[in-house]
This record gives sequence, structure tokens and C-alpha cells, in this order.
Amino acid sequence: MNCIIIDDEATARTIIEQLCTNVSSLNVLESFPNAMQAIKYLNQNEVDLIFLDIHMPDFTGFDFIQALKNPPKIILTTSDAQFAIEAFEYDCIVDYLVKPITLPRFEKSILKAESLASKPIANNSSSENEKTSSINDLYINIDRRLIKIDIPSIYLIEAKGDYINVKTEDKNYTVHSTLKKIEDKLPNDLFLKVHRSFIINVQKIIDIEDNSVLIKKDVIPVSRSNRPELMKRLNLL
Amino acid sequence: MEQPNLSYINNLSGGDKTFEAKLITIIKSEYPEEKAVYIKNIESNNFKEAAENVHKLKHKISILGLEKSYEVANDFEENLKEDRLAGKEDFEIILNTITNFLTTL
Repeated sequence: MNCIIIDDEATARTIIEQLCTNVSSLNVLESFPNAMQAIKYLNQNEVDLIFLDIHMPDFTGFDFIQALKNPPKIILTTSDAQFAIEAFEYDCIVDYLVKPITLPRFEKSILKAESLASKPIANNSSSENEKTSSINDLYINIDRRLIKIDIPSIYLIEAKGDYINVKTEDKNYTVHSTLKKIEDKLPNDLFLKVHRSFIINVQKIIDIEDNSVLIKKDVIPVSRSNRPELMKRLNLL
Repeated sequence: MEQPNLSYINNLSGGDKTFEAKLITIIKSEYPEEKAVYIKNIESNNFKEAAENVHKLKHKISILGLEKSYEVANDFEENLKEDRLAGKEDFEIILNTITNFLTTL
């Protein structure tokens, strides 16, 4: 398996490189001190496995995973076990190694990765997020990080003063932006502004009653002027 | 007070003296930098940043076989996250012990 190592600590990278020399099936292609350099590398190179430190400044291991469209298998490395629960949310994460990593534990982890080698993986557990077209992605700026959102997973956007609240299948994001700006970035056939404060994903509608729609557990008002367009979008019997 | 040792590094190297020397050189280079950043942040009352520094230093502490000290560092990191300095003195004793140990290598 071709692998790369991402860790801001040189000591940690050196240790993992040494551990890899003990496993003949592993070929270390590169080591990176930060996630951004690794993303650039992955844009031009394919790897089978990434050893990824969670705790890095500016761009954490989890940020990195979310930035990848088709993540390879990932083994997390960390000094804390406290992130283990979050790690289980990602199908691409095959194991979780707590530093200092011992050779027996490392070898066990590689066996696990190899046993999963033929299985396809997604970057999270939601099958609805397995979109391939780049137009399906939207990057939002939160705390100076660009976080990728799978557009079809968005079901509701609500205006909140100078911010918008973007609700997806997995997470909610509060972004400093306007409904108008995000509306311009969304596909017209999927999203509709039903009220001056709400844009909905019409495919996520559960039911419609008078002047409101139910999406997930949110009841959203539909303004009188937007109702005809909403009705046009429906496949009415 | 427990003392640092090279057991982990020796086990990891499998007798490869070149690797041992390489890793020790990296630790001797990286550790003072990490310690200096920690001290700077503590002196500036940047507790959250100092907690990040302690987090990184914990790896060095564990590599050098300081199991009890690792727990002390862990507790101190959690305190710093809550803007508390409890455990600072014990943690800094550990740092100085490591500094002294590295000068012997």
C-alpha cells in the first residue's frame, strides 16, 4: 500500500516512517508537516493509506478528511483517545492509534487496513453524500477554514441577521453570508426560496400544509408570492 | 520523580543505531522549540495556546517513558483549557527534567 504521513511534529513523522519500514507491504511516498501540503499532493497523486494526526494547528485532521472528495483509508494518530467517538463517524477511518505507537499495535492496524483494502469507502456514513460532480460541492468559510459541504445534503438555509444557518443531513453550519449569495451558488432545480428568510431543498420536503412545508423536523413558512413556484415544482397527482 | 529513559526508542529501533541517533537528534532539536513556545504562551497568559503546546509536548514525555508525568501533563492541559494554571509547577519540573536528560544524550 502506498501511504503518506501527515503530522506537524517531526518526531512523530520519523517514528511512523520507522514503523512503516517494519511492514513490507507499506511504501511511504511522502511525509507532510501540515494538511494543506498533503491536499496539494493528493490533488495530483493517489495513495492507498494516510497516517493522519488529528491535533494540528489551523487545519485539524477532521478538517482534512472533510476536504477530501474521495478519501483513501485513513489511520488516525493522536496523543488522546478522546476523539475516538468522532472518528467512528467516518467510514474512511480504519483505525485509531494512540501515541506513542508500538510496533505490535501498528502491525495490527495495518492488517485491519489491508483486510478492508477491497471495500469501497465513502467520506462519511451517509450514502446521500456520495456525489461525484464538483458542482455538488460548496465551500463555506468558518473560522478561516474552508469547509466543503455536499450541496444535495443541504436541506434548509435560514437567514439570521448577518449570518445564515446552513442545515445538512450531518451538521449545521452558521456562516457570515446572505441568502442571496448562497442562492446564487445553489442549483435552481433543487433549491427554492420559499420565504424571505428561508431556502429549502425541494427534494427534502416531507409534506406541505397551507402556507408551510415540513422539512425534517422544521416547519418552514411559505410566503404567498413563492407558493405558486413551489407548487410548480411538485409532481402532483 | 521518575526519570526519562530510551526504552521506547530502543524497542522501536530494533537495534538500528542510525535510526536511534536520527530520532534523538530530531527530539533534541524539536523539544527546546516546543518548550520555548509553551513558556512564551504561559508568560503571555495565552492559556488555550499553551494547552496546545502541552498537548504536543505530551508526545515527547511519553516517548521518553515518563508515564506518570504524562498524566500530570494531561491534567495540566485540561486545566489550561479552562484557563486554570493548576499543575503548572509540576509540569515545568517535568520539562526541566527532560531538558537535563537530553543534554546527556
